[in-house]
Amino acid sequence: MALSLVAPVLAQSGQPMPVVTTFSILGDIAKRIGGEHISLTTLVGPNGDAHVYQPTPADARAASEAQVLIVNGLEFEGWLDRLIDASDFNGMKVVATADIEPIAFKEDGDHHEEDEHQGHEEDTAKEKHVNSKHEDEEGHDDHHGAFDPHAWQSLENAISYVNRITASLAESNPKKATDFYQNRATYVAEIEMLDREIRALMTNLPEGKRTVVTSHDAFGYFAVTYGLNFEAPQGMSTESEASAKDVANLIEQIRNEGISAVFIETITDNRLLEQIARETGVTIGGTLYSDALSDSNGPASTYLDMMRHNAMTLTKALSAI
Amino acid sequence: MIWETIFDPFTDFGFMRRALFGCIAISVSATPVGVFLMLRRMSLTGDAMAHAILPGAAMGYLVSGLSLGAMTIGGLIAGMTVALLSGFVARVTALREDASLAAFYLISLALGVLIVSTRGSNVDLMHVLFGTVLALDNAALILLCSIASLSLLILAILFRPLVMECVDQQFLRSVSRLSALTHFTFLALVVLNLVSGFHALGTLMAVGIMILPAAAARFWAGGIGGLIVTSMSIAILSSLTGLLLSYYYSLPSGPAIILVAGIVYGISLVLGLIGGLATRIIPNNQLNT
Repeated sequence: MALSLVAPVLAQSGQPMPVVTTFSILGDIAKRIGGEHISLTTLVGPNGDAHVYQPTPADARAASEAQVLIVNGLEFEGWLDRLIDASDFNGMKVVATADIEPIAFKEDGDHHEEDEHQGHEEDTAKEKHVNSKHEDEEGHDDHHGAFDPHAWQSLENAISYVNRITASLAESNPKKATDFYQNRATYVAEIEMLDREIRALMTNLPEGKRTVVTSHDAFGYFAVTYGLNFEAPQGMSTESEASAKDVANLIEQIRNEGISAVFIETITDNRLLEQIARETGVTIGGTLYSDALSDSNGPASTYLDMMRHNAMTLTKALSAI
Repeated sequence: MIWETIFDPFTDFGFMRRALFGCIAISVSATPVGVFLMLRRMSLTGDAMAHAILPGAAMGYLVSGLSLGAMTIGGLIAGMTVALLSGFVARVTALREDASLAAFYLISLALGVLIVSTRGSNVDLMHVLFGTVLALDNAALILLCSIASLSLLILAILFRPLVMECVDQQFLRSVSRLSALTHFTFLALVVLNLVSGFHALGTLMAVGIMILPAAAARFWAGGIGGLIVTSMSIAILSSLTGLLLSYYYSLPSGPAIILVAGIVYGISLVLGLIGGLATRIIPNNQLNT
């Protein structure tokens, strides 16, 4: 597609290649692979909410100058099409989730069944994923599609992200391809090591202590990969408003299943979750980073730190009780 | 049966009791203000003021996060500034109050959006500004009740001059120097109630609980006392019904409450005994105000 047009222009110059990523987690991954060969702009910074972001003219300028635009896909960045239309972007658009198996959007009420049937639904899910990308082009940009976009919450998927990003950077700048692949090898080794660590942590958790309550449904992939069960009063996107029924159902569930800790997230309005914690008498187990990294002083300033922080926070709170 | 349907959500869940309690506090304090807004033909002023406090609350949020105090104070400052400036301009220049209010609230709104954008915070402000009646904590409830008490007290003190302003503004101005004071205190009351409503229902929905019950009550009651009592009852009933609908049919609570008030308004519009559509259509039933 467009990439064959771009690649030669870039190969000539010694300048770092301008790369734009949509949010902080993708930015961190791209930085690890691109290193000093790319000049990186991240549109939604640390602690920002990419669900409902409003792009600024500066973002449009960054996008228009970008050789490579890395997006999450699965309709996570609903505002992206407008931004691309508004800017004269003519570089390569990379969809980081293109190679993963997307999880279908959870419907209210049948969370448990959903997880069990996951295996059977994968093939149809893949088909629908392709369909949803077509819809995306027609401008369905205000809501999430049929799939959970928070794929980075599984380190298995992160390797797919890394491969996709490495391949596209190498394609855009073939001269530095060896460096990119070298960085990739180091990074993937780190990811795999952390993946093993988290699996080890999670297998130690007793069966009855595996349900976690968070503000919004961002941990579907974490749940499937590491065998936990996540519930949230707010839906998959931070856009939706909770109803009294959702809150009541969650409180009943916490009471009935003896769930003992809830977790707040950095990007969302946590007042509702604090209300639920007060009402059920459970403790707030800590802060999870779901859709954005913390700033450089925080506990989750890189993607790997974020995953480690989340896993530690979860196991600490769940095994304490 | 029916009683269980109504009471169970509130006996089982503390957050439902808190939501109802907060809504009752707002209903009691905001609706009388709404009645006076309506009688003084200032209903849209409420909406303008809601836009005026929004940037103040947003700034408070940016300065110290989801802090009840900062957002309240920010909203009060922004609202009062707009109210005072527009009232001042209307009284000392040739510009009418509606035009100067429109000018100042638009300036305030633009300033707020500008500050929010340049700070570059990406946490969605609309979410914060849309309040969550299901998440009222003790501090928020105490604030709502304090504002309600203060508001009712001021209203009681100002009752006579306010009624006079509604009936004949020129007359009050000619016999008393309290006219300006009454007017500005009343605007302050509007701001105060909007700030209180904003914590529970969000800035835009707060205007709904203020104006809709008052407009509906207009079709049932004649005197000022009757108007206030009817509108309060409608507001409380709408809050209760809205919360129950949100509970049983999984609807977002804020809009559910305001829509119930809207439905009551629609019914009153048609069936209302005083100047409703039905009384106009059926002859020999000239119940005029």
